[in-house]
Amino acid sequence: MFSLKQNCWFIRKVVIWRAVASIAWSVLLLPVTSAVFVLLSRFSLFHPIQWISECTSLLTASSTIFSLVVLCGVVLITGLFNLEFYTLVPSIPCSRMALLGTVLHPRQCVHSLVYCTMGMLVMWCASVTIGGRYSTLGIPCKQSESGEVVTCLNEYHLFLLLAGAFMGYSHSFLGVVKNMYYVSFQPIQQYKYPRFKGCLPMVVKCSVIQSLYSARNFAALYFFFGYVPKTWISSTLHLQIDSSLQPLDSLTGLLDFSLLYHLSISGTFLYFTWYLTVLLFRIYVTEAYSFPVQSTFTEDAEQCLPKVLAETNTLVMKFLALQDLALLSQHSLSRRLEVFSLSQPGGHPHNWNAISRECMSLLSELTQRLLAHQDAVASNGRVKSQSDVSETPRLSVPLRTPGSVFTSSVGGMHSALTAPFTPDVDSPFSSPAIRRLVGQQEPRSPWFGTVQSPHIMRRGPKLWSASTGETARLKLSYLHKIFSSNVQLPEASSQALFADSQAHIWALQGLSHLVAASFSEDQFGVVQTTLPSILSCLVVLLEAVDRHFKLPHASSKPVRTVCSMGDSTYKTLRFALRAALKTAIYKITTTFGEHLNAVNISTEHRKRLQQFLEFKE
Amino acid sequence: MCSLGVFPAPVTAAQTLFERNNELLSALHPGEHSQACDLPSPQFTRDTLKGHSRPESSSRSVFLDQRDTLWMRSAGAWRDAGLYGLLDEITNSAEEVPRFLAVGSACVLALLRWASSFHGSLFPHLTLSSDEMVAEFSQMLDWSDSALRSFAWHPHTDKFAVALLDDSIKIYKSNSSPTPTLKHRCQRSVCALQWKPLCGSALAVACQSCLLIWHVDPASLSTRPSSGCAQVLSHPGHSPITSIAWSPTGSLLVSASPVDTSMMVWDVAAESAVPLQRVGGGGVTYLSWSPDGSRLLAATPSALFRVWETRMWTCERWPCLKGSCQSACWSPDGGCLLLSMQGERVIYALTFSDLTGGPKAASVVADLSETTFPGPDGDLTVGGEVCSLSWDPRGERLAVLLKGDSQADNHPSVIAVFKTRSSPVFELLPCGFVMGEAGAEPRFMQFHPHFQHGALLTVCWSDGRISHVPFYFSSAGLLGGDSPQQALASNTTNPSSNKLYTEQIS
Repeated sequence: MFSLKQNCWFIRKVVIWRAVASIAWSVLLLPVTSAVFVLLSRFSLFHPIQWISECTSLLTASSTIFSLVVLCGVVLITGLFNLEFYTLVPSIPCSRMALLGTVLHPRQCVHSLVYCTMGMLVMWCASVTIGGRYSTLGIPCKQSESGEVVTCLNEYHLFLLLAGAFMGYSHSFLGVVKNMYYVSFQPIQQYKYPRFKGCLPMVVKCSVIQSLYSARNFAALYFFFGYVPKTWISSTLHLQIDSSLQPLDSLTGLLDFSLLYHLSISGTFLYFTWYLTVLLFRIYVTEAYSFPVQSTFTEDAEQCLPKVLAETNTLVMKFLALQDLALLSQHSLSRRLEVFSLSQPGGHPHNWNAISRECMSLLSELTQRLLAHQDAVASNGRVKSQSDVSETPRLSVPLRTPGSVFTSSVGGMHSALTAPFTPDVDSPFSSPAIRRLVGQQEPRSPWFGTVQSPHIMRRGPKLWSASTGETARLKLSYLHKIFSSNVQLPEASSQALFADSQAHIWALQGLSHLVAASFSEDQFGVVQTTLPSILSCLVVLLEAVDRHFKLPHASSKPVRTVCSMGDSTYKTLRFALRAALKTAIYKITTTFGEHLNAVNISTEHRKRLQQFLEFKE
Repeated sequence: MCSLGVFPAPVTAAQTLFERNNELLSALHPGEHSQACDLPSPQFTRDTLKGHSRPESSSRSVFLDQRDTLWMRSAGAWRDAGLYGLLDEITNSAEEVPRFLAVGSACVLALLRWASSFHGSLFPHLTLSSDEMVAEFSQMLDWSDSALRSFAWHPHTDKFAVALLDDSIKIYKSNSSPTPTLKHRCQRSVCALQWKPLCGSALAVACQSCLLIWHVDPASLSTRPSSGCAQVLSHPGHSPITSIAWSPTGSLLVSASPVDTSMMVWDVAAESAVPLQRVGGGGVTYLSWSPDGSRLLAATPSALFRVWETRMWTCERWPCLKGSCQSACWSPDGGCLLLSMQGERVIYALTFSDLTGGPKAASVVADLSETTFPGPDGDLTVGGEVCSLSWDPRGERLAVLLKGDSQADNHPSVIAVFKTRSSPVFELLPCGFVMGEAGAEPRFMQFHPHFQHGALLTVCWSDGRISHVPFYFSSAGLLGGDSPQQALASNTTNPSSNKLYTEQIS
């Protein structure tokens, strides 16, 4: 399952250690959160001294230590899952069918199962810690008729365990739906501790809210279906059901304030443990890494910025390298000078050439992708059906850039199955967005072709309608509407197009700041030679972006999620890209001013740049 | 150290037109009107602008009293005024709710009020209402009474935006193209405006409840852009916003509110914010980004300000002796920061350099205590607290808006302009006072960001007029020999100030 490719030096030397550090900190913070949990769970307003003394004795008890060991195991597994599943490019299901496929994917099922188990484990620890009526599954009770003492099922314990399983599943489910494993980069750089401190209130708030929601949903679920696990457990474990106690799957049983309080407190503890691990992992992974611009030793050459930028297999390294480029272009004079320097024997601007070429290829690849999307999209804003698409000149352009988006959005099944699993690019299930960035050919599996075909999708309701009545057919056509792969979620395809645009934003920032800095810092004029191609690359991209925003749904703003650990930054990346692109062009035009007239570019592009010179954009 | 005593005596009778040959010339000189530049100078009077007579929530008194059910009223109170409103509603309708609920909510309400009054005694500004707070911390002198609420030049073109008393914003361009008027439902009590650098269209507006980003297409001929052109950015607990600052690269926007201890760093396009919290100070009132983008000043309502470095976003604390930091400006290279404190009549300077790792103490560079100049219609007193500071983009002129005394009739607010010199040592030299027409006092000022022939100061006056005062000089190094003599010549009429001046040259 853990298919981390260890061959890249960056994964081996940096990412693994960052993950280890984040897990270590999560484990170290565990005693603190457990202590807070103990204090809250035993809280009694009227006996404060007894409360404090009970808690201190409990914190040193052997059962608590054992619980801590179990919780450490849970945190460890959560951390490993974070490392395995994290993704820098979110997978955006373009249709409801795709979303369904994502949730039912086998890997996702395993994930849910593991999280259910972990949720039960945490809840077991929580119930042992709370003690009292929650502590064990079996309790001695007197049978009413005979009066002998037998072991009965403790429904409170079972209730908490099942709640743990439910919360584990909902965490795993929401993780997919809300892209929990998507790691976004902050717009500003901060040290890890201030950033952690700044995010902590948000994590607490999210876990409390999520726990309250889950507690409500679980209580409702248990009210209706609680008897199923109860009878099953009691029959398999030969535990009696104590009839003298109020059963919990009744209204009076559930309206127990102390039970609901303990449920929500334990749920908060559970979610907080997981969210904290996710937060620490995000903070560690997105920390800026400074790559050397050039090295005096040839064996270190592959770790230098120009080589790393061209690397396509390790996404995290490419992202961090682009971030480093954007940072050095703004903040570091000495590293900029290294970029503009000439190679010692020969006098070639290898550094600048490699960096600018890599940035421009990223940007032109985005341009190609946008143009292909505009070709493929019919005027009503929906992607044309398969037959229409194949008639467009789409096939004449190389498949990997433009086509992949459309095979993914048309045949929702494909991107559906990719879900949050980024690192293994070779798998046929990997997200097309990643494959795009990595630059692999899209395998067009024949299986997808058959599933995608709209004819099969349409045949379903027809077959059914023959056997059932009119109403059933209406219902089914409604279902068909919901789940049909041709029904696009609004703006999802637009989001999917720009899913990896953080890389493009950094490339734009890096390029524009380097070009602007070259006005005064470039001693050998290495930037001048590439200036025309950079300018035309930016203008062409601007035209493509402008055309994209004229499509329906493209400029509609997504609804902002109030409080969720899932990061929704990817939903607004296209706006950020457009702003970054305009700022980049303005940065170059304001720096160079009238000198731009001496640059050799086509008349059309010059006209567009003139608009920027006059601040008319 | 420079003081007001060495300044040439202000000409009270006429409006200052421009500076030429190191002399501020006023309208008294014949034949000088031809020098006026072609920038629009609109005038707004309070009568033509109808402000909001009352806040929206109090409009209910107009309507007939309608008894809703308790649930409806509670829900309404929760929506309108939050927890306080809800508790207040329950306490007031004691006859309809169970007794324990009414008593409980009254107790909680009293407890909350006591806690907030305690908090308010620590930070007195928290007891102000939202409008009072904006008026207190705005860079506009006498904000609540002024027809003009805020003003901002576009950093790259001849275009400026003016916020008016009626909560609308007008945009003027140098040529006679239409002037768009921006109105939005959320645009209330505008405290600050700033155009986005490296962009032709985006204007950030600090409002009472939120932050608005207008995208005004410069090519459009429309005079009323729809409210769909505006992005609304808000964060709970982060209002009213009294200061905003774009990073010089245009990628980030920072907003500050006196009630929020954290300032927000916005990625505007993505509409996401990163809060940067520091507890001390009780809020953030004023922000100023250094022109090179490396540092950001954040003033708090207490006697404390912070200087953030913008690479890793760490900050230095600067506790002040007396009041809070009222205004500040950066030198164009970002190496020097001039500050003024509330209750002090001096300008402080902090010099930053990357080699020494930052300054250890602020030095006083100008003394602005009251000085009396004899004039034809009696004595004129100038000097006082600094309301705002502005430094021209070439770093040669510094304009200081000095608060007057509204009780005394011969002590108006004035703008004192200094010449600045940074080498060999940082120094302020007197230039003169910028006077308006008779009876008009300056309220706000800002330098034009890219005036060709020197510097151009735009002043908003108390009579609602916006005027432009050009300073014609050739850049760099002209401050050598002749200007002290010029100052000496104009100061011979003022014997009291000569002593100070001779001390300075000796």
